[in-house]
Amino acid sequence: MAKSISQEFVKGLWAEVPPFRLVLGLCPVLAVTKTVENGLGMGVATLFVLVCSNLLVSAMRNVIPSKVRIACFIIIIATFVTIVEILMQALYYPLYLALGIFTPLIVVNCIILGRAEAFAAKNGLIASFADGLGMGIGFTLSLGVLGAVREVLGSGTFWGTSIFGPSFQPFTFMIEAPGAFVALGLMLCVMNLVGQK
Amino acid sequence: MGDLILLVISCILVNNIILAQYLGNCPFLGTSKKMETAIGMAMAVVFVLALAGVITWVTETLVLKRFGLEYLRTVSFILVIASLVQFVEMFLKKVVPALYVGLGIFLPLITTNCAVFGVAIIISNNEYTFLQALVSSTAYAVGFGLALILFAGVRERIDLGRVPKPLQDASIGLVTAGVLSLAFFAFKGMV
Repeated sequence: MAKSISQEFVKGLWAEVPPFRLVLGLCPVLAVTKTVENGLGMGVATLFVLVCSNLLVSAMRNVIPSKVRIACFIIIIATFVTIVEILMQALYYPLYLALGIFTPLIVVNCIILGRAEAFAAKNGLIASFADGLGMGIGFTLSLGVLGAVREVLGSGTFWGTSIFGPSFQPFTFMIEAPGAFVALGLMLCVMNLVGQK
Repeated sequence: MGDLILLVISCILVNNIILAQYLGNCPFLGTSKKMETAIGMAMAVVFVLALAGVITWVTETLVLKRFGLEYLRTVSFILVIASLVQFVEMFLKKVVPALYVGLGIFLPLITTNCAVFGVAIIISNNEYTFLQALVSSTAYAVGFGLALILFAGVRERIDLGRVPKPLQDASIGLVTAGVLSLAFFAFKGMV
């Protein structure tokens, strides 16, 4: 039993890491990864919602009638997103401003609904927790890596501190919309290359 | 009037919902492999997005603001959109069966399309008037359709070429989207 739970956890980190392997939930991935800080902040917010909604959906899986399950899942997710929104507004206001409309948009992140439907609705509490945690951490790390690539190339900084010195001419393309698409596409390509071996 | 025309241009081209605001990327990549599915999705979105923009505006102004329930925005918007999609589905099935068959699977999928929810939130954040909400949600929807159909045309061509194995499918799709986004980026100076 213990082994299978650790497997549920680990699969989210590489084998099924959400934005790359499943190509789901792309909007926040593209939009908030201008800097590492924003990327990680978004990742942690999603992680929180994912773990909580997985736990609640799993706990209520025998109560929710299957015909209205999607609506119930969405309400559960929307509730946790509202909690995150209010918490973030109170505690991390600059991050709340930086993420903008993408905080309420966690509701429609396909990963969360996807995990609720595909996993939490069929599995026990502990397994769902492990699944949510693994997927959430995988998602956070992916956002962090993409954010790091874009911030280093696009503004020549990492976590706000300059790393190339003043003579560096930033590659501004990377922090604009086109750069987001190209960077994610190329990262997907690198993941495929590594995965092939 | 001039303001509204500017708003239309800005919503369709300058702030294109997919290529400049990063919304609705899942259906953008998922349904653009064939021109047929792209047109189906684009039509379904134009239909629902224009309606959803207006209805969420009404919900917010008449219900949430009047009773001081703004913190319920996320929950109520998503419920309104989900039921709207359900309602549109039933309505089309009864009244325009041909269109219903044409839209097929794309209609229910729109509930989780973040473009619809995103536009509702954008309208609410900008505190648009009713007319502005109507115009901008329609224009955003047209922008979505435009980007999706253009992208599907490009992707059909790419399928004919030889793409290196690791770059195939979603990967080359994203790079192509980047190039298309660069083209739309040129509109930035217009408004």
